[in-house]
Amino acid sequence: MPSDSVLAASFDEQVDGFFAPVFDWITAVVFYAVPLDFIDEGVELPLIVVWLVIAGFFFTVYLRGFQFRAFRHAIELIRGRYDDPRDAGEVTHFQALATAVSGTVGLGNIAGVAIAISLGGPGATLWMIIAGLLGMCTKGVECTLGVKYRNVYPDGRVSGGPMYYLTKGLREKNPRLGTLGKVLAVLFCIFTLGGAVGGGNMFQANQAFNQAQSVTGGDDGLLGFGAAGAVFGFVLALLVGAVIIGGIRSIARVTDKLVPFMAVFYVLACLTVLLANFSDIPAALWAIVSQAFSPEAGFGGIVGVLIQGFRRAAFSNEAGLGSAAIAHSAVKTEHPATEGHVAVLEPFIDTVVICTMTALAIVITGTYADEASDAGVETTSAAFETVVGWFPIVLAVAVILFAYSTMLAWSYYGLKAATYLFGESMVVDRTWKLVFCLFVIIGASSTVESVIGFSDSMIFLMSLPNIIGLYILARVVKRELNGYRARIDSGEILPVAERT
Amino acid sequence: MPESILVGLDGSEASGRAADAAADAARRHDLRLVLACVVPWSPYSFTTAEENERRSVEKEREATSARERVLEPVIARLSEPGDLAIEGAVRHGHPAETLVRLAREHDAAWITVGRVGQSRVRTLLFGSTPSSLIQLSPVPVLVVP
Repeated sequence: MPSDSVLAASFDEQVDGFFAPVFDWITAVVFYAVPLDFIDEGVELPLIVVWLVIAGFFFTVYLRGFQFRAFRHAIELIRGRYDDPRDAGEVTHFQALATAVSGTVGLGNIAGVAIAISLGGPGATLWMIIAGLLGMCTKGVECTLGVKYRNVYPDGRVSGGPMYYLTKGLREKNPRLGTLGKVLAVLFCIFTLGGAVGGGNMFQANQAFNQAQSVTGGDDGLLGFGAAGAVFGFVLALLVGAVIIGGIRSIARVTDKLVPFMAVFYVLACLTVLLANFSDIPAALWAIVSQAFSPEAGFGGIVGVLIQGFRRAAFSNEAGLGSAAIAHSAVKTEHPATEGHVAVLEPFIDTVVICTMTALAIVITGTYADEASDAGVETTSAAFETVVGWFPIVLAVAVILFAYSTMLAWSYYGLKAATYLFGESMVVDRTWKLVFCLFVIIGASSTVESVIGFSDSMIFLMSLPNIIGLYILARVVKRELNGYRARIDSGEILPVAERT
Repeated sequence: MPESILVGLDGSEASGRAADAAADAARRHDLRLVLACVVPWSPYSFTTAEENERRSVEKEREATSARERVLEPVIARLSEPGDLAIEGAVRHGHPAETLVRLAREHDAAWITVGRVGQSRVRTLLFGSTPSSLIQLSPVPVLVVP
């Protein structure tokens, strides 16, 4: 350990010292938890997590398991079987989904899962998968509304998101709800700005730096010096700025092509870890299922594990937060329900597939129980290292790429929120983007606890106005989805190949 | 009976010569001339959210640019004698596949394209529209150097 004076002198520490108390305060407010002492000593139930779970559960029941019924048709839609050839050149369902997925597949899938299992044990995995399955439905609801009430600008650009369905949707439902819609939309946009600099930026920058530092030799290595975080953050901020301010699209395009490739590679790496420990797979699966209901920890233990699983799943797949509705809305379609179908695949890919892979790798190698390393990317990295020595380097590249693409996506969500709040202008555009880049540096310089706490809180806050809107518009969504399904079933809407 | 000759235009000199050759043949066989410009586009490419937002606008811009810069000069030149029925089409998609679809739609006797004139390495890496067209086309393909 370096001496205290060295620590105090480092730039990173100063940045952290300044922001940590603010972040911690916000975190405490958002994650207000009800103590459940009557069940077990020390068990707490964060209301915000309950809020998300109930929404997923409600819509799954209300739409009678829409996410499961939608699956097959969603695949047909992304394969382009229903795309009108005259729409060639517009945004396809595949592209809308791929854009949204590259925004959500990020550190939540690698670091978030590690945190959930380190704190909640292997059983958190099962709850994460269940949260993913419920989240599929919420996501489908959001994206149906996102397309239905999207905004077409006078110059022909198309964008949507909760701020539009909250205002237009609520006003359409009942003119008296117009004011409520506006208030909710403004709140949503404010929280989105926070979420964009928090989970969409600082958390990503922070974990990317941690991983870069750890593969280059830790505290004694290349990135071991005091201001390393700030320097790393500065370079990352330049790369982000080059795309979002400098308009160097080629970088974004290269990243976007690399991200799916890295995602596939990441899953293959996890599978390698699983194959190397083939004989332990049944035991790991048993640990995941049995400890999800951990009878030895009592009901309080179950609640703790469940909360970790749900919380990290929500952070990873963003279902209920409304961010996806922004990403999905530009799709070319005549039926908003089509994007609702396609969107259910997003939490499936993100949580049910990729997060589960991470979880299995961590559980099977047992690295989650290692007290020496911080819970986060390092836990996953350690799991990879047990099998192939150079995997952590690949993981570091994947982490930085995922972080980068997630940051680009969130800079866009933030921009949409900023222009909704302050109007479309060059000043708003530039100011937001500069602030965003500044937070990349702050994120890379901070310690993980304060950053994770703040990131979580802002991202989760987005779910408050968004889900209120989803409940109010639930009947609109049901009508939209059922109407579309009826037309598919009756043969009124046919695949292109079968049209005459 | 086939009704037309389809020409794939990309703005190159070779594709201009292909259009000339096709015009001659169209006169001789009394066929319509269909001039097509395909903007390369894939439904499975990866795009950013910002690109998606602008996509409709961009599509229009690309189509207008293809029409004004590639298609219209050739149509103007070939329709000067006034003895030919000429149609123009701008589409987005995979160039060879889209030309094949157009050939079917317009009942083309054959498809004429210009030679790309690229190096072997480039062809090996990226392929070329004429060579994939030869593999896909249901009608003869005439490649003009």
